[in-house]
Amino acid sequence: MEQCEAEGRPRSGRAGKRRIAQIVLALAVVLLAHASVAVRAQAEPKTIGILFVRETLDRPPPLSLLDIPPSDEGLAGAKLAITDNNNTGRFLGQEFRLDAIESAKADELVSEVEKRVGEGQHFLVLAVQPQTVLKLADALKGKDALLFNAGAPDENLREEGCRANVLHTGPSRSMLADALAQYLAWKQWRRWFLIAGQRPEDLAFAEALRRAAKRFGARIVEERTFSVESGSRRADGGHEQIQQQIPLFTQNVGTHDVVVVADEAEQFGEYLPYRTWEPRPVAGTQGLVPTSWHPALEQWGGTQFQNRFRRSANRTMLPLDYDVWLAVRAVGEAATRRRSTAFVEIAAHLRSAEFELAGFKGQKLTFRDWNGQLRQPILIATPKLPVSVSPQPGFLHQFSTLDTLGVDRPETKCKF
Amino acid sequence: MRPKHLLLSGVFLLSAATADAYTVFVSNEKDNTVSVLDSSTMEVTKTIKVGQRPRGITLAKNGEWLLICASDDNTVQVFDARTHQFIKNLPSGPDPELFILHPTGNPLYIANEDDNIVTVVDIDKGSVVTEIPVGVEPEGMGVSPDGTILVNTSETTNMAHFIETKSNRTIDHVLVDARPRYAEFTPDGAQVWVSSEIGGTVSVIDVKTRKPLGKVTFQINGVNADAIQPVGVRITKDGKRAFVALGPANRVAVVDVPSMKVERYLLVGQRVWQLAFTPDEKQLFTTNGTSNDVSVIDVEKLRVVKSVKVGRYPWGVVIAPF
Repeated sequence: MEQCEAEGRPRSGRAGKRRIAQIVLALAVVLLAHASVAVRAQAEPKTIGILFVRETLDRPPPLSLLDIPPSDEGLAGAKLAITDNNNTGRFLGQEFRLDAIESAKADELVSEVEKRVGEGQHFLVLAVQPQTVLKLADALKGKDALLFNAGAPDENLREEGCRANVLHTGPSRSMLADALAQYLAWKQWRRWFLIAGQRPEDLAFAEALRRAAKRFGARIVEERTFSVESGSRRADGGHEQIQQQIPLFTQNVGTHDVVVVADEAEQFGEYLPYRTWEPRPVAGTQGLVPTSWHPALEQWGGTQFQNRFRRSANRTMLPLDYDVWLAVRAVGEAATRRRSTAFVEIAAHLRSAEFELAGFKGQKLTFRDWNGQLRQPILIATPKLPVSVSPQPGFLHQFSTLDTLGVDRPETKCKF
Repeated sequence: MRPKHLLLSGVFLLSAATADAYTVFVSNEKDNTVSVLDSSTMEVTKTIKVGQRPRGITLAKNGEWLLICASDDNTVQVFDARTHQFIKNLPSGPDPELFILHPTGNPLYIANEDDNIVTVVDIDKGSVVTEIPVGVEPEGMGVSPDGTILVNTSETTNMAHFIETKSNRTIDHVLVDARPRYAEFTPDGAQVWVSSEIGGTVSVIDVKTRKPLGKVTFQINGVNADAIQPVGVRITKDGKRAFVALGPANRVAVVDVPSMKVERYLLVGQRVWQLAFTPDEKQLFTTNGTSNDVSVIDVEKLRVVKSVKVGRYPWGVVIAPF
């Protein structure tokens, strides 16, 4: 725990104890060594800077020790992508440099980012709170800056609150919920018992699940709210309490095929599997989850990608690492295709119909032109293995089956 | 069975037996085995236990040596192609995936997928000659018929790297569509065909100028464009026809080389990746990764004649001249 404090990321401690996050602005500059073999490279490679921006949060500890986020979550994905970009860039005389800033204070991040953009940074990859995405986007409006939202799944950022200078590489909540709903429909598990937590993000995911149920022909037979109180925590009660409480909580529900849970902060969802009154599978934020990445995905060249990540980060790849990797690689891919290091060229290519990214998901990934969201297949997975990949067979679309996930063009409220 | 049928099947067997018989080797990625098939009976005759995660597979010493990339063992294994006895390991660099032998029979060029290099190995001495830095996730390997130019494709860098074999140095890098998997020279050495799995195309590149000459594109009724993922490419000795494995589209495209236009699609097993002709070019064998079988194509009639069950995740295929 002392290490966590030193890094300014108080994550956990003794149960119930909360700390106010320290204001730390850690600046990490990662300069990558160059291979000396740049053939036909220009004498002085032109550098493209990418700034990784993270807002540290005072989060309650997750239920499982296995789920404590690593201190370099997201950043490790950026580092790997920079290495990948540079391995390509050396053949074209392009160099990529990663800088990183983090703080618990949104205003500090905004002013630091503005300063950096003034100094020539153009590409920002964000793992910040949704309101901070908007603050940054508005502060940089009209400037030579493009923001990639990797960390915030909020629908509003892609809809009413969308901004012309923001692209989204992480999936939205509606994409995740739709991906799960398609799989549950494919399984004919159409009667859902929805359990949601009380935090705003839980309510948002529950809303996305309701929308998905309607879209894909599922019925929510009952909804219950799980209130997380002291007395139900592992440190207080241990398994005896949980074993008693969860069956009681899930008793007397109408006939259902599956328990669907919305608990993004991992406060109770992990207590549900194997403890419900009726023997039913659990899906949603715990149990069977929709996710942009899984550390055991081996298809589509994933093995090499996972190996490369493990060697570079000394751990397995998490969804945020992947979403950040996509953003940094997107910049690299655009620079490669345009053979240019100029912001205008790269930004134009990212927004063009020619842009496509290979992301180890078996098909090209492209940005939706109506709200800047990256289209991508969503994995449906248990903690150990991917179970399936959505979109599921049979869910058709006139343009791209990937647009069966999330808010589609005719429904969007985004106006740039 | 009625006597008439007996007679007919007897005739069929007789005619099949008169075709030249070759030995077909198929690497099974998830089984750590190589399936051995007889090309005339189209049946598995033996399964050889090999190293971990066998993928690339080729022959050396006029077909006497069978070489296998044992990717997870970080080695290239050499087996006797006739007796199937293990001979030796060759150094390969980490995670060897695909390789190609110089037309003179030595050296061997190995793509090290995890390490962004091509390793050049002397197969007689069993030693590494040099390492050539290339892009991220090198895979496809092709060498010109005269042996002067080696082409390597890197899957995440999306380039075809042109390497001069005399100096073992890269001389050019040509951007192609996303995730290039395979490089195949035309028999006259004038063009190299590079398949792009995610881009869904095959780029045709002029070897002298390294300029793109055009692209082969694919369209199959009833198959989603995203499922058309070209991987293995084989061109007939007369340079007229190319066969392209289309991955999860479960088809092999037959392409007219001069016009770069698809003539026909042949339905094979699931997720077809690599291809190999019999030496007489009468048959083409395909590895179908997720249906765990190989399909046999009659090259003259352009018809799929049989599918044969092999091990799990068949990856590569090579056919010996005996």
